Amino acid sequence: MTILLSLYWSFLKVGLFTIGGGYAMIPLMEAEVISVHGWLAAPEFLDIIAVAEMTPGPISINAATFIGYKMAGVAGSLVATLGVITPSLVLLLLLSRVLLKVIQNPGAENFINGLRSAMVALILLASYSLGGTAIIDTPSALIFAAILVASIFRPVSPLYFIAAGALLGLIFYPY
Amino acid sequence: MPSQQDEPKKTESLLSILLTFLKVGAFTFGGGYAILPVIQQEVVENKKWVTHRDFADILVITQGMPGQLALNSAIQIGIRLRGTPGGIMGALGVTAPSVIILLAIAAYLYPMVRDNEYVQAVFYGIRPAVVALIATAAYKMGKEILHGVSGIVLCAALLIIAILTQVHPILVLLLGGIIGLILYRGRDK
Repeated sequence: MTILLSLYWSFLKVGLFTIGGGYAMIPLMEAEVISVHGWLAAPEFLDIIAVAEMTPGPISINAATFIGYKMAGVAGSLVATLGVITPSLVLLLLLSRVLLKVIQNPGAENFINGLRSAMVALILLASYSLGGTAIIDTPSALIFAAILVASIFRPVSPLYFIAAGALLGLIFYPY
Repeated sequence: MPSQQDEPKKTESLLSILLTFLKVGAFTFGGGYAILPVIQQEVVENKKWVTHRDFADILVITQGMPGQLALNSAIQIGIRLRGTPGGIMGALGVTAPSVIILLAIAAYLYPMVRDNEYVQAVFYGIRPAVVALIATAAYKMGKEILHGVSGIVLCAALLIIAILTQVHPILVLLLGGIIGLILYRGRDK
């Protein structure tokens, strides 16, 4: 029961502070799942992000389902997913008529601009801290560098880059 | 001020809202920014549930509020069509395929293949690739968001604070927001 409450609360925080979607949730989920609760080790977290990216649907909902299942079975997956979608549901169902005005209020815009600067810093930091467990030898460093350059200059679906990583992994796996 | 254009259609069945978003959730890969154009195509062009102008408003709210992009827009479209029940159908539609597919993977596929040598080799290569994608996301978001010196300095300062203090990211986000409130106050948009 306690684990279900922790899962719900953790993923609710992830949902509430992910503004702008996508990888904005990575630093929050990393903090909750790895640092605060120690539910996963960093490599497994990266595996789950990869699986969440390779499967259809929103990445953080996919990741919430996977992590929730791992921690507490089907109930865990439902609770974690519910946590991540609760802020959206509550805000939109109760406030949908005023949200546009609130968001376009200059104060709110300034707040969100500052928050997004913080988001950039946090995502950068997350890539560094997660990188330490993924970039462990020369081949993995080369894979990182190649995919980094490719994904900056070739804006195609992330699926291609994950597929490329998988292929390179098969070729260069050192053991 | 409901003009003719703003007046939502009240005739769509809850089932058709659910099915539309189930389809979007089940067949769109790659998260929010890949899903939004699919939703737009479906609800603006194909179904004509909302106008282009309304969809633009929906996007502003979607990107300025907490939560997942696909989820936020699906709930809003559902609400416009059928109020609260419609919104819940939208949420259920984009969420249910994820839950079903990921449950199947987490419960059956992943434990089965996890210790396989080839799968380990695959993830050995995928992990640095995912880290690269995360770093790219930071770079692209930074390029889009950080305008001018103040934005870059703020970002750098917050990065240093986050590294030195090791506080929870939520506190760093709130601090960024509060500094934003002060820093950008009175500035013309």
